[in-house]
Parts: sequence; structure tokens; C-alpha cells
Amino acid sequence: MTAITDPGLAATTREQSIRTAEEAFREEQRRKRLRQRVLPVIGIACLIGFWALLVYVLKVPTFVAPSPQLVAATLVDRFGVLMTNLLPTAIEAISGFLLGNLAAIIIATAFVHKKSLEQAFFPVVVLINTIPVVAKAPILVLLLGNGMEPKIAIAALICFFPTLVNMVRGLESVNPQSLELMRVLSASKSETFFKLRLPNAIPYLFSALKIAASTAVIGAIVGEWIGSTTGIGALIIQSTYNFDSAMLYATVIVGSAFSVLFFLTISLVERLVVRWQPANLH
Amino acid sequence: MHAPAVDCRGVSVRFLSERRTVTALEDVSFSVEPGGFTSLLGPSGCGKSTLLRVVADLIPPSEGQMTVLGLSPEEARKARALGFVFQDAALLPWRTALQNVELPLEVGGRREMPQGAATPRELLALVGLAGWENSYPHELSGGMRQRVAIARALLGGPRLLLMDEPFGALDEITRDRLNEELRRIWAETGATILFVTHSVYEAVFLADQVLVLSANPGRVAALEAIDLPRDRDLSVRDTPAFVAIAARLRAQLGKGTH
Repeated sequence: MTAITDPGLAATTREQSIRTAEEAFREEQRRKRLRQRVLPVIGIACLIGFWALLVYVLKVPTFVAPSPQLVAATLVDRFGVLMTNLLPTAIEAISGFLLGNLAAIIIATAFVHKKSLEQAFFPVVVLINTIPVVAKAPILVLLLGNGMEPKIAIAALICFFPTLVNMVRGLESVNPQSLELMRVLSASKSETFFKLRLPNAIPYLFSALKIAASTAVIGAIVGEWIGSTTGIGALIIQSTYNFDSAMLYATVIVGSAFSVLFFLTISLVERLVVRWQPANLH
Repeated sequence: MHAPAVDCRGVSVRFLSERRTVTALEDVSFSVEPGGFTSLLGPSGCGKSTLLRVVADLIPPSEGQMTVLGLSPEEARKARALGFVFQDAALLPWRTALQNVELPLEVGGRREMPQGAATPRELLALVGLAGWENSYPHELSGGMRQRVAIARALLGGPRLLLMDEPFGALDEITRDRLNEELRRIWAETGATILFVTHSVYEAVFLADQVLVLSANPGRVAALEAIDLPRDRDLSVRDTPAFVAIAARLRAQLGKGTH
């Protein structure tokens, strides 16, 4: 073993070894990030490949299940039809999303302000929520006719419950010491609401909105299954009855893609709005 | 007339529940001189935090009379004569340090700063957080969060500062430093401080008067004037005088426990 006697030389060697370690670390991080992006793509590619293989090897007839190539061709060839049918579904889902969540936020606020309201009407809300969507749809079609209204109502109803529950929790699960602080500061009830309860509920609201973004689309599609001529839901029913499996799959893919896009938009808004870490993560 | 900052006469607090009635405080009497620093020392569950909350008008006394700065606790609270520092800093996580200190200006109908009072920025500098104004609570250490809470409590120049085990969750090194700084802040602001703690060392080092409470129910076990130099630093804890006082208080605390 040789000891390094020159202190200047020792310092440079140490600096060098730190730099090498840093570079290796950064390289490792880069590789990790790349892996994170590539692996999901590989997963999806495997699924599609397996699907193509099954259809080819088992010689599945087209009216039972299409090959992925056929679905891709249909997506391109009938892109116009798919988009004209996506439009009403998107309008219904987004309107229902806005309406249902707005109602949930307002009612949650009322519940938190008046406990007796919550005690009286929360069981009603739970009761309505227990009715399956497919059962709600015909009731609403009878009530609201054949236009977009029943679909919007179904999308709104489906969004309503998770948001209500989360919002009530967010408004109520305030740090008790923060409430005492508001009292020491002689804050009014509305000041406590706007300065403490509402901001406290925002992260809870967003986790509900992310669920609602995908369920609203499901609500609109299920609504279109009953007596509708346009929309993703109607297209699903039509292509099923026509044994047009490629069109069916293409329609489902378009509906899912819209759902994912909706979800990602809400996630993006969340990232812009919620810049703090919830207190309970400390 | 030289009115005491806090005058507590025969205060009892009982909490009712379906199963039993808990007497948190029984017949507690003491008073705090204006500008004084009093520690409330006692084992957990002795009602020291409850006593602080009676002073702050957060809990009404079941019996007895509480006078704060010559007013009722409610009047004192509405006049913004008190600042309260909680056990956990109770900062709003969506607000920066500066915005947290500014909160008292946005609620309770008090948008104006009293003449000559320190600004939020000056208060952050006073607690040693100049340069951290725009940091969010999750970006600050536990000690720094508690400093922000102290700055917030000092906004508007309250004449009485109530502190409920503010350094209880901090490590010893941070706690020691904040103890020294609190002595300095006390000297600079001239506020009366009522400080709840279960640490004998902290109680003796900080205060000029220690009120010892015994548990079940909370009663005054002793009221001890701390005869240590006013200008003290942490080394005072190694002096014979300090050790003697601490030993005496610990003996008092021991009496109350079963």
C-alpha cells in the first residue's frame, strides 16, 4: 500500500472520484428514466402481438374477433365516422362531469355547514348510488327523453357520489389546531371556510375528479346504449349487431383514448393547482 | 395600578362524556406579571394545555374566574391581544412562510397593521428566517416551521404569547437553540409569555416563574420563582443554582405521580 503524501494530489484524486461517481449516478438515472418510458410500450406491444398471434394461429373468424391490423385499418379508414360519433359522447361526458361535480361540491359545502342536512340526506344519496348505472339509464331516458339530456344526467350522477364523499372528507378533515388558530384569530365561519376548509379539500377533490373523468365517459356511453342513434355507445351497439367486430374494437379504442385524455387533462390541472404537499404527508 | 397579565382565580374545567366526567383542572389559581415569562410544567394529562386554552378562550372554565390583560378571555381574543403557538406548527401547507405569517391580517376583520408593529417580513427576520419567505412548509424543517408559527403569533404585537409545547416534537439540539432564541425574542418584544412544557430543563431555562401542575385532577403543586440571571445562555444549565432549582421542581413533579 502506498500512502499519498502530497495533500494537493490527494484533493484532486478525491475530486476526480467524486466526479466519476456523479457521472455514473446521472447515467444510471438516465437509464432508469428511459426504462420507465420504454417498458410500458413493450408491455402494450406484447399484448397486441399476442392478440395478433392468437387470431392468426386459431384462425378466429373476423365476425368473432378482428386482428389488430384490421382494427388499425378500420381506425384509419373510418376515422371520420368515429370522430362524428365521439363528439356527442364527449359533450355528454364533459357536461355531465361539470354538472355532477359542481352539484357535489355545493352539496358537500351545505352538508359541512349544516350537520342535520347531512344526517337527513346522505342516506338518500347512498340509496341512489346503489342503483346500478344500467338500471338508472332507462329511468332517466323515460324522464328526460331521447336527446343528450338523459346521457348528461347519467354521467353527472355517476360523477356525483365519489366527489361528494371526498369533498365532505376534505372539508372536514382539517387539522384541529388550525381550527383553534382560526378561533384565536376570531375568524368568521366563511373566512374559516375559504381560508382553511376549501384549500384543505382541494387535493381530496382532485382525487375524486380523476375517478370522475373516466366514469363520466362510461356514464355517457351506457346512456347511449338505450335508444340512441349517435355516439360511441350507439356505435358499439350497432357494430355488435352487424357483427362488425373491427368497427366495435375501433370504437372501444376511441372511447378509451378519450377517457385517458380526459384523465390526463385533470391530472395536469391538478399538478398546476396543488403545488403543496398535503399536511398529513409531513 | 399594576394589573397582572393573566389572573386565574379558582378555575376548574370538567369534560363531560357519556361514560364519565373528567376533571382536567381543579381550583387552579395563579397570576402572571406583565412582561413575565411563566412556564407551566407538569406530566402529560395534567391539564396544562387545557389551562392555556382557557386563557385563549378556546375552552370555557366550568368554574372560577380568568382575567386576561384586565379583560375577559373573549374580549382579549377579539382585541387580538393574544398570540398562540401550537404543538404542531399548524401552518397552512398551501401557503408560503410569508403568507402563513400574513394570515392574521386576512381574517377576523383586521386588515390593518397596528401603528409601529413589525411587518411579516421583519417578524420572519426576527425568528431567523430571512430569505425563506417564499418556501412552503413542506420545504422547511420542523424547527423552521415552528419559527414561522412564532412569527405568525407575534404579528400585530400581541401583549400575551401563549405557547403549547411548541418545541416538544423537535430534536434536542434544535430545541436548545430555539430556547435561547425565544429568550431573545421575549426580550426584544417585551410580550408576556405563558409556555407549556413537560421538560424541567426547558421550563427552568426559559422562565422567571414556573407553575408546577400535578395530574388527575390538575392542581397547582408549586409556584417557583426562578432566580437566575436575566441575561442567560444555555451554559446556565450547568450552574449549581440551576441544578438545585431543577432538582427541587423534579421532586415536586414526583410527588404528584402515583
